[in-house]
Order: sequence, then structure tokens, then C-alpha cells
Amino acid sequence: MKARVYVTLKPSVFDPQGHVVAEALVTLGYQDVKDVRQGKFFEVELADADPATAKARVTEMADKLLANPVIESYRVEVLQ
Amino acid sequence: MKFAVVVFPGSNSDYDAFYAASRVVGEQAELVWHKDTELKGADAVILPGGFAHGDYLRTGAIARFSPIMAAVKSFADRGGAVLGICNGFQVLLEAGLLPGAMVRNDRIKFVSKIVPVRVEQTDTPFTAACASKQVLNLPIAHGEGNYYAPPDQLDAIEKNRQVIFRYTDPAGEVGADWNPNGSLNSIAGICNRQRNVVGLMPHPERAAELALGSADGRVVLASVVKALAEGALRHA
Repeated sequence: MKARVYVTLKPSVFDPQGHVVAEALVTLGYQDVKDVRQGKFFEVELADADPATAKARVTEMADKLLANPVIESYRVEVLQ
Repeated sequence: MKFAVVVFPGSNSDYDAFYAASRVVGEQAELVWHKDTELKGADAVILPGGFAHGDYLRTGAIARFSPIMAAVKSFADRGGAVLGICNGFQVLLEAGLLPGAMVRNDRIKFVSKIVPVRVEQTDTPFTAACASKQVLNLPIAHGEGNYYAPPDQLDAIEKNRQVIFRYTDPAGEVGADWNPNGSLNSIAGICNRQRNVVGLMPHPERAAELALGSADGRVVLASVVKALAEGALRHA
């Protein structure tokens, strides 16, 4: 089974990369772009388990390694 | 006394630190591979600059799982002097041995230049031989040196005098123009609550003798010798 983890900088942390991407989009002609926040996406393949257990496991992984809780927040999705 | 310099795959300032400790400061030094599990009787440990484990995931995020880090942590818990330089500082942050985190430099650029850095506190093993508010000219070379801590943690760090180095102008005045990476409060280096673990983004080991453009960094390593001699630091 697979789980997806989305990691983003917390709203209070300035995102220099996202800011530059937003500026580039505006330069490209997308004047309606107000802001971009850049993040990371992980697809974790793991042994079959019931969804609740899998979600708990992957959440633990995100907490311990995939995200740095000081600056980042994350969201975990388990796919059937 | 003896320094241990930890070598991670991707470290690139390891030999600079080894050279500064052994040849410039004139003490014993030993390189310790990240898969080693003990620190070879060292009195002080240096986590050097570079790109440990390729900076994969986040700077320092993988290095903290290297086998040697368990020994570094227990050494630090016993009061041993630990210095993280640049990438080594990032490893200490990820390992939780120092508070806060690094994000990308605010102007995205990788910054490589010599900058003035003011010594804020002299009661750490790595600033014991400095004068209070002494300004050191030290090289920086990093893309992620933008120090961040949540507001309450930042307040605590300031209150506990854990800010050890700050970016300033050559006269020692803090100013936005002299903050090279966007670090909160112009923070260039901090210590832990117990004051035996210090991390800084500038490279004292790359400015340890005049042939390198500045000899100001020598005092950072020489401080450990003084702290040990004066009993401010004990053999951990």
C-alpha cells in the first residue's frame, strides 16, 4: 500500500524559494499570482496494513524524519 | 588536549578543522569516521562544514542518524565541548542538541565571503579566550544559514544568553545590511542551555592563520584549550 506525505513550511516561516517562484510566474505574465509556497511530496510504499495503523506509522515517520517540526508542517494520506 | 573531528560522507571542511586544531592551535587532533561509535578520548568534538550525506532531505537531517552521533550526544550530555561549524551547526539543530532550524538564505543566493561577526558571550568553551563584543572577520559559505526559531523559543534563547555570535558591521553594530542570510536577530551562532554545545555558520577554521586572509578564527579553537586549563571545562 501507499501513503503520501505533503510537507510545507509553516505559515510563519518565510519561504524564499516560493517567493522567487511567485515572482517568476508574475514575470511570465501571471499577474494574478499573489504568493507561492513550495513544499515536498513523499510517496511511501509500505507493507499492507489496516489504514489506521498505516496512517499512524507514516505520521510517526513524518514527525521523526520527513518534516522538521520546528519549521514545517505535514499532512498524511493513506491510499487503498 | 585532544580534538576529534567527525567526518561525514560529504564533509569538506573536516581537514581544515583538523589542520587548524593540530597545526595552528598545536593540540592533538583525530579524524573520526561517522560510522565510528566512540570519540577516541577527545576533550572537544568538532562537527565540520560541508554537505553531509549530500544535504539530502534537509541539511543535517540524515547525518543525525550516523552512528557517531549517539557518542556525540552522550559526550554533550556529560558536559563535553561540541562545536558545529556551518553544516555541523545544521546537524546539531536537526539532532536537537541546539534549538531552532535553518531555512534558505532570504535572498536565495549561496553566500561566500568574509563577514564581521561579533562575539556576544565569552562563557562558552569556544569563546573563553575572546574579548566581550570582540568582532571577528570570518568566512561564511552557505545557502541555508537563515536561522529560525519560533517567537517563544527565540525569546528564551535571547533571555538565556544563548546567542554567541551575531552578524554585525565592522564596528560591531547590528544592521539589516550586515545580515547576510536573513537570520532572525542577526544570529550567526548559538549555544545550548548548558553552554557546552556551540554551533555557528561562519568558518573559524578557514580563518585560522593570516595566509588564509584572516587569523581571527584561531581564538575559537584556542578557547577550548583555555577553558580546559582554567577548569571551566572538564574532561568529559
